[in-house]
Amino acid sequence: MAETAAPASAAAVAAGLLRKPLVVVTGKGGVGKSTVAAALGLAAARRGLRTIIAEVARRDDVSRVLGGTGVHEDELAPGLHHISIDPEEAMEEYLVDQLPTRALADVLLSSRGFSYFAAATPGLRELLTVGKVWELAQEDRRTPGAAPYDLVILDAPATGHGVAVLSAPRTFADATLMGRIARQGRIIDAMLSDPAQTGVVAVARPEEMPVNETLALEAALPDAVGVKIDLVVANGLLPDRFDAADVRALEAAPPSRPVRAAFVAHARARAQRAQLARLRRRAEAPVVTLPFVSAGMLDAPAIEPLVRALERAV
Amino acid sequence: MRRRLQGRRVVICAGSGGVGKTTTSAALAMGLAAAGQRVAVVTIDPAKRLANSLGLAELDNEPRLVAPDRFAGHGIEMHGELWAMQLDAKQTFDELVAGLSPDDAARDDVLANRIYQQLSSAVAGSQEFTAVAKLYELDRSGRFDVLVLDTPPSRNALDFLDAPDRLTGFLEGRALKVFLAPTGLAAKVAAAGTSVVFGVLRRLTGVDLLNDLSVFFRSLSGLVDGFKERAEGVKALLGDPATTFLIVSSPEREAVEEAIFFHGKLAEHGMPFGGLVVNRVHALDGAAGEADAAALQAALGASLAGKVGRAYAEERALAERDAAAIERLRAETGDAAPVLVPQLAGDVHDIDGLVAIHAHLFGLARAVVVPAAAP
Repeated sequence: MAETAAPASAAAVAAGLLRKPLVVVTGKGGVGKSTVAAALGLAAARRGLRTIIAEVARRDDVSRVLGGTGVHEDELAPGLHHISIDPEEAMEEYLVDQLPTRALADVLLSSRGFSYFAAATPGLRELLTVGKVWELAQEDRRTPGAAPYDLVILDAPATGHGVAVLSAPRTFADATLMGRIARQGRIIDAMLSDPAQTGVVAVARPEEMPVNETLALEAALPDAVGVKIDLVVANGLLPDRFDAADVRALEAAPPSRPVRAAFVAHARARAQRAQLARLRRRAEAPVVTLPFVSAGMLDAPAIEPLVRALERAV
Repeated sequence: MRRRLQGRRVVICAGSGGVGKTTTSAALAMGLAAAGQRVAVVTIDPAKRLANSLGLAELDNEPRLVAPDRFAGHGIEMHGELWAMQLDAKQTFDELVAGLSPDDAARDDVLANRIYQQLSSAVAGSQEFTAVAKLYELDRSGRFDVLVLDTPPSRNALDFLDAPDRLTGFLEGRALKVFLAPTGLAAKVAAAGTSVVFGVLRRLTGVDLLNDLSVFFRSLSGLVDGFKERAEGVKALLGDPATTFLIVSSPEREAVEEAIFFHGKLAEHGMPFGGLVVNRVHALDGAAGEADAAALQAALGASLAGKVGRAYAEERALAERDAAAIERLRAETGDAAPVLVPQLAGDVHDIDGLVAIHAHLFGLARAVVVPAAAP
């Protein structure tokens, strides 16, 4: 039942996805999360949405794919911007914004006591990071003179930590019962836990471990954050070329490297199909597949097939 | 691999996420155990099927012996012992606190503290620290000849190497203690700047958080020396001549860059680099030669020959990409002969899969052939 319904609902969900102000792209390490975030960003920008991709923890993977300059909020492609969020910078920006004078912020930032406080407070870095993401998604930006975005795509850290980042505002608001940060934490959490405002795209390879992790994330997300996975992207799907008759013909053929390569490719494609079927069976969210892109260096032309596949899906 | 690990007591497998670190660690430990040593493999986040295939319903924070008959019928003769455990960061941290506390009251104070509860499980670096702390404890116990550690999927290799230093530096928190206790003597010595900082923080965060932090550091004060001593021991173990770091990678660009970065960090920290393991290599089958398009077409018909041709072209392209990646790893790390493990058809979470990987690690399988790197 779910299988026959999946294509239609995938399209509906994916279309709704780009109407949310924030889309979080998450997944296990090595599944191509940043590539998917970049492709999704390009697809959204081509639809006319002013889009920004936010990376965290000093990663610049998206920027490397699309040839960014590393400058904050630089435009990588028409309508597609990029920022790499550094918790230290986010902290500075926050304090400058919150405190009456720049000098007071500087006193804090240069204070040894404060740096200990920042290091000792669980979740503060995550809160500042996600606070910056929230800021990017606001109609009325805190950053002076900054234009608003239609869509913020967060290229989240690998799954486990991704949940930690998303649940940071709630953790923080719960831990500090009063005070301005707690209030702000609750405001940010209200956005992150609202399925109308925050979408989640889980990226997986059609392989056992990434599929397991995606299913675990889907189970954990509603309690930990309050949203659910909107769309699962099975990335890196290899072509499945050979049917049973082909395989029999290959078995009868004289052995050679091309024939061996065909068997290897066939075995891998079959293993992927089995995992994909399991993912489709077990996941509640619709699953779209993206083809395997072979390139030593991923760049904008190399991910073009992914962009087109995502455009078709939405 | 056997030669590289000769005389090593601690083998640490490092690398970025998704490169097969856990499987490599398990296969390595299995090979060493088969040869007669008592080996414990410490994993972080193993697939449930890996635990199942070892006959352990669940891995937990204590090493469990894998029944030797598990390997019967898989071509492995177990002459030693293979033990496996899954690191529980929180439990390890709790045990550490319990071990270092002067009395039960001090222990309970720390364990019940809200800041501690978050710190021990959630904060970046605590998993890295507890992993090496556990390693140290197992090493000291003398129960094992070799320990194999599968490291946390940490993005930043530094987290792992610096964990002991950062954690003790943080736990000492002298500056923080001064500034969190703005009464009594501390207030008198506190600079004017500090009280400004305190005032601002109180406005931003409310007093609860500051109180919690203050209580946390006070209750920890009795444990700090013990922690420092432990961290020193852990650091010494990481740099010990009997310790070696294997860097596990795949030929994917991200993993390669991470491996090179980590290799640089190892050198910077004076930690011993034991070699590279490159998993998921697309190899060309060396046994069967080329067949030209005409011969394929004659044997298979135009349509199937075309599909075979495309599959072969893709495999070749991947093999060439991988060859270039391996060449780059060789040049950057100085490991002239990295251990290559081919891409296998399925995921590796059963004994046969482990045996297959193990055969490549220990040079028992046919060597993986990659094409000459493109110029």
